[in-house]
Amino acid sequence: MRLEKCWFCSSTIYPGHGIQFVRNDAKIFRFCRSKCHKNFKMKRNPRKVKWTKAYRRLHGKDMTQDSTFEFERKRNRPQRYDRINTEKVLQAIPKISKVKATREKDHITKRLSVGRVNRKREDRRELEQSISLVKAPSVLKEDATLTLPKQKVTVSYAQTENTRMEE
Amino acid sequence: MVQCNFKAITVVPSGKEMIDIILSRTQRQTPTVVHKGSRKQTIRHFYMHKVKVTGENFKDKLFTIIDQFPRLEAIHPFYSDLLHVLYNKDHYKLALAQVNKARNQISKIATDYIRLLKYGDSLYRCKCLKVAALGRMCTVIKGIGPSLAYLEQVRQHMARLPSIDPNMRTILICGYPNVGKSSFVNKITRADVDVQPYAFTTKSLFVGHTDYNCLRYQVIDTPGILDRPFEDRNIIEMCSITALAHLRSAVLFFLDVSGSCGYSIAQQAALFHSIKSLFLNKPLMIVCNKIDLQPMHALSEEDKRLVDEMKAEAHKTLSIGGDQNGEQQVLLTMSTLTDEGVMDVRNTACERILDHRVEIKMKSKKINDHLNRFHVAVPKSRDAKDRPIYIPQQVLEQWAKAQEGEQEKAKRKLEKEMENENGGAGVYSASLKKHYILASDEWKEDIIPEIIDGHNVADFMDPDILERAKELEREEGMVLAGDVGDESEIDGDMMPEEREALNAIRKRKKALIQEHRIKKSTAESRPVVPRKFDKDWQFTTERMGCQLSGLGLDPSKAIERVRSRSVSRRGRKRERSVAADGTGVDSMEIDNEREGNNKKLRLRSVLRSRSRSRAPIEEVVPGEGFKDKEQKVKAIKLGKKSVKKRNKHARKGEADRVILNMMPKHLFSGKRGIGKTSRR
Repeated sequence: MRLEKCWFCSSTIYPGHGIQFVRNDAKIFRFCRSKCHKNFKMKRNPRKVKWTKAYRRLHGKDMTQDSTFEFERKRNRPQRYDRINTEKVLQAIPKISKVKATREKDHITKRLSVGRVNRKREDRRELEQSISLVKAPSVLKEDATLTLPKQKVTVSYAQTENTRMEE
Repeated sequence: MVQCNFKAITVVPSGKEMIDIILSRTQRQTPTVVHKGSRKQTIRHFYMHKVKVTGENFKDKLFTIIDQFPRLEAIHPFYSDLLHVLYNKDHYKLALAQVNKARNQISKIATDYIRLLKYGDSLYRCKCLKVAALGRMCTVIKGIGPSLAYLEQVRQHMARLPSIDPNMRTILICGYPNVGKSSFVNKITRADVDVQPYAFTTKSLFVGHTDYNCLRYQVIDTPGILDRPFEDRNIIEMCSITALAHLRSAVLFFLDVSGSCGYSIAQQAALFHSIKSLFLNKPLMIVCNKIDLQPMHALSEEDKRLVDEMKAEAHKTLSIGGDQNGEQQVLLTMSTLTDEGVMDVRNTACERILDHRVEIKMKSKKINDHLNRFHVAVPKSRDAKDRPIYIPQQVLEQWAKAQEGEQEKAKRKLEKEMENENGGAGVYSASLKKHYILASDEWKEDIIPEIIDGHNVADFMDPDILERAKELEREEGMVLAGDVGDESEIDGDMMPEEREALNAIRKRKKALIQEHRIKKSTAESRPVVPRKFDKDWQFTTERMGCQLSGLGLDPSKAIERVRSRSVSRRGRKRERSVAADGTGVDSMEIDNEREGNNKKLRLRSVLRSRSRSRAPIEEVVPGEGFKDKEQKVKAIKLGKKSVKKRNKHARKGEADRVILNMMPKHLFSGKRGIGKTSRR
């Protein structure tokens, strides 16, 4: 039993899921669900469909080259069962996958950090430029910080006015 | 010999049917209308044609019948005898003769009446003649009705006769009833003859075919024959007798040695001797059946003697060229139940047939022509040296080993035997891992892991994977250690108060944009009204005060200023300044003295209370042109009524006839819940 990769989105296909399509030239296409299958039938290129791994790798959204990828490689020669080696492998796999996961996360964080810096800069600029919408210039002169001004006392009617109104 | 195909005879209709068919055919094929007024010739011709056509049709039909039924002299004597046995030759011939006679009669009738019709003078007379002619013909047919029925029966039965080729290699099986003839036939051919415990299960001949040495042989199963004088035999037995008599074949006389058929060996032997005249010139074999019930060596002396007598008879029919043990060729034993010896019997019979046929061919005159065509080439020996067969030593050794290996295999304990020991197929399942070749035998029963955490274990197989993984972790640890200082982010962060300010700025911006958008969209329909006429009371000092204090300024001064500069106040102030004694004069009082001074001012000044209060709408104002209050009220109502409908349709005014959507889809498409499409 093997876990395969979906040809379209590159997610793992567990046993009992998905569809395999064998073309006349004997190339096998495996799909994890009907979404990928239908996209394939529509002749869409996975490298152009945003949510697939192929797109993400191609456009640098996900990590492409790393030493952790070399650990997992499909071997076509059958190997004789060896208990000691198998135990070692079972111990090593979680370590490798943990390292791989952290590295992938870092890659994405690094990619997104640039945006964060830019956004902060923009916010500061906007604040500096448009502070006059919420703070009068005279008030700003007195209190140069870029914060909301302290509220002044509210207006109350002068008493003389009221008597006039009643007439 | 005509190989007649009994299946190809057309159906013989009954008398009535035939009449119907022919008369309707006449009606269809001849013109149906004739007039009294037409010429005599036409009338005569019309009726003559009818009589002629009918006569011809009858003759044709009867002729086909006579033609298609086989003439007993012209077919193979086997078939003619068989037909005689089944249907009685005389009866058959009589029937056909009657049909022939009817045919002749009809033709005579037809000619007679045609001759009479030539002299028919009126339509009525001609018609009568025609009717008479047709009637007589039909009576004739009615007369031969029974014959036709008989012929139809015969035809149906003939079509179902087995298709026996008299010239093919044939094996004929005969014997008492219930000796096992049909079982034997079932065994060697694909024929499915009924096998039942009662006598005379097989009531007619059955044919099967079997192959031997790439040649096809016919096997004929016959009904059982009883030992009776010839005259007493019934039709079923006569079938087998006929077959025996006429078919040139090998005969297998079946003998039931166990006596379970109900007849002793003595009776069977008696039968044999009574019909042995039929076995002349045919290869004969005695077959002892049911030896599983009664083995041959356990027979009584008497029985053995009878059997030997029969064997002696059979020996006489042995062909001269028969070389091998004559014993085997004449007397055979078998059991159809256990399949013992069945194939041997078949093979021997086929061989004997072939020998017999070859012998006959050799004796005939034509053989010399054939012989001249054959020539067997034999290599001429070069010298007197003897050259025997040579097999290399190695090959011989290999063969010997192979033989031994087979024996060994036979000695080894098979998995199948183990399965049977331990409880059979459903209970015991062989351990497939028993013969695994692994580094250590302890690992044989291990469950090999294939998948873990969404990865295939086999993809990671590597002898030094653990060391590499550890190295990887170490690397990762170092990277993490060196990567702690990334605090530059914090510098760019804003303080919460600044954040608040930013949010307020954004909110304000959005509000401005929204207002602008509303203004823009209603710009065409909204008149630009100066501020002093704002009916929504938007521009109040309260609002101004709120806005200013929001910006952080002190609004009190601004409000004072606004108030002081307001229209009413301005007027007021000036008044007060004039009447400096402070008597608080009511502005309504018009002071004639000050009129000239304050005229201008007063015109401009309106008392605040006055400016705010308005007259009730129904009050008649002199300049408007209404008679009284009711009229004005009515006028107002009319005015409102005329506007109401337009307002409801969101029209700007009288001239607004804009239709935004000429054909809204929901009114022009879809099925009608009620009514027709032409009236939506």
